[in-house]
Amino acid sequence: MGEAAEKLAGSDPHQVAEVSVETQLAVERFLHRQAEILDEKLWDDWLALFTQDGHYWMPAREDQADGEGVPNIFWENLDMMQMRINRNDHPQAHSQAPHNRLCHVVSNVIIENEDANGDIIVRSRFHCAEYFRYEVRNFTGKYRHVLKMTDDGFHIQLQRADLVNREGPFEYVLQWWL
Amino acid sequence: MIWTNDEISALVEPDRVHRKAYVDSDLFDLEMERIFESAWVYVGHESQVKNPGDYYLARIGRQPMMMTRDHNGEIHVLYNRCPHRGAQLCSARQGNAGKRIRCSYHAWMFNLDGSLDSIPAIDGYDGTALTIDGEDFQVAKAERAANYRGFWFASLAEEGISLEAHLGEARAGFDQLIDRAPGGETEVVGECFHVVQQSNWKIFLENQLDASHPGATHESTGVAAMMVERDMKNAGEEPPMSYGFLSDFARLGIEGWGKFGTVGHPNGHCTLEGYMGLRPDDPDTNEYVKCMYDSYGEARAEEILGVNLHHSLIYPCMSIQPPLQQLRTIRPISPNRTMSEIWHFRLKDAPEAIYQRALGYYYLVNSPSTMVNADDLFNWWKVQHGLESQGGDWVSFHRNAGFDVIDGALRKSPDGSMSEMPMRHMMHVWRNYMTANGKGA
Repeated sequence: MGEAAEKLAGSDPHQVAEVSVETQLAVERFLHRQAEILDEKLWDDWLALFTQDGHYWMPAREDQADGEGVPNIFWENLDMMQMRINRNDHPQAHSQAPHNRLCHVVSNVIIENEDANGDIIVRSRFHCAEYFRYEVRNFTGKYRHVLKMTDDGFHIQLQRADLVNREGPFEYVLQWWL
Repeated sequence: MIWTNDEISALVEPDRVHRKAYVDSDLFDLEMERIFESAWVYVGHESQVKNPGDYYLARIGRQPMMMTRDHNGEIHVLYNRCPHRGAQLCSARQGNAGKRIRCSYHAWMFNLDGSLDSIPAIDGYDGTALTIDGEDFQVAKAERAANYRGFWFASLAEEGISLEAHLGEARAGFDQLIDRAPGGETEVVGECFHVVQQSNWKIFLENQLDASHPGATHESTGVAAMMVERDMKNAGEEPPMSYGFLSDFARLGIEGWGKFGTVGHPNGHCTLEGYMGLRPDDPDTNEYVKCMYDSYGEARAEEILGVNLHHSLIYPCMSIQPPLQQLRTIRPISPNRTMSEIWHFRLKDAPEAIYQRALGYYYLVNSPSTMVNADDLFNWWKVQHGLESQGGDWVSFHRNAGFDVIDGALRKSPDGSMSEMPMRHMMHVWRNYMTANGKGA
């Protein structure tokens, strides 16, 4: 189990941390900026959001405590994310042409834990509309981020995205992170 | 329209098939009746109902079925229907019913083998035709249910060939999925992925052994994986072997896939010889081979690992890829919609690295975020749309047509070809099923 997954598994998912207004605002700004980066497809900025050991994780079941060693909808480190960017931007990625258009709203931001280093565990809710192949599809769910405080601000060590319909059936395949 | 056998036969020619076979809803109903509700159809693996009281739902043709395990440990395949007023008995996809299955409507209680246990206020039935053990008041069982080494099938025809006879040599796919486990057992990992294909069920089967598609369809993913492999190697890192399964798409190009032979078996099954990751030479594989030697002895282990099989397609309902420990089964919904269940398996006592490698493949190829199947699903959707149009009546299966190599009951692709033999073979068998009025192929 990775360090961040262990941290997340050990954290009370209903805890509400007492944090300063500044911290709350900084975390919200980070989450909003991440959503904007996704919507605007700024992939270099996307990769730069994560720590070197960072993971984007969409579990297939609620009771999963770790992405390692189990089937997931997404379980991607920086190499896998780079592969997805290479692939979706390739001229022969016929199923992804023309590219989709995404619109995220992130809300209900509750900081669960802030430690002495300034590392954060935060949960929030997202709604994402995707316009793809002349149709609009809607995705919604819950985020839990493990954020690492560095000299360079927050970085994502682990982002868990629980889709409300995680057990499927899936009428589509998800080709970008939500 | 009402289809006569002659009209159905005329849809299948030696090297082409009429589009109506893929889009006509009356033909679809006949397919359900004469193929899916008559032939042996996959229900699930015994590990899906591990404990007494467990149930797992499965659709066979148009019929809502469930696999249950009773309190003696026996597995049953039942219709998911209360014999009282017809309500569905279990509504969650899977679960544990406890000691008995309770109908939510009037609390009739059934044992896990489908037998009626009790009815509240039973005296209301005094003097009526209802008796607790009356045949009409038991949950109906699949007409026939059988398993091959823990893989359960049902046939909704009362008579027909046995499951083993139906599977024939294509059963090697199951043998490999079990025998490749040093512990001699295999089990499902968690819940499967459910992905809906917006296309006819036959298009899925045809794609599985279509050697000329991977280099074209999956080029973007192959190139993307190759770029990451190169970057990792430049940084002094060893890319995971599962990335190589994807970069092969680019490495082999379109024409490099002819070296993998395909075989058509009786009853419509097809097999593909091994290609990706069958037995690479790396420390993890060597460690695994050592486990196999320890369990089976060298000779038997070599015999198991020497089977040249990547893919068994069991007509009409599933595909097994033993070296990658995965199985897909399809549940047709309508002419243009097909539900797929995608299962991952764990081989008992195999080193963790072998499980992880196969899990990597399962993720990359078959998760709902797959960069591989995404392109297949889109092609199938486009094929379905094209076949619904008036732009042409025929689907071409001309590649190497007339050059199949007949070897006893088997039909093989010529060496080095990317023959469309598997598609022709399956449609030939389809015609037999469809015109034999449920008497099988």
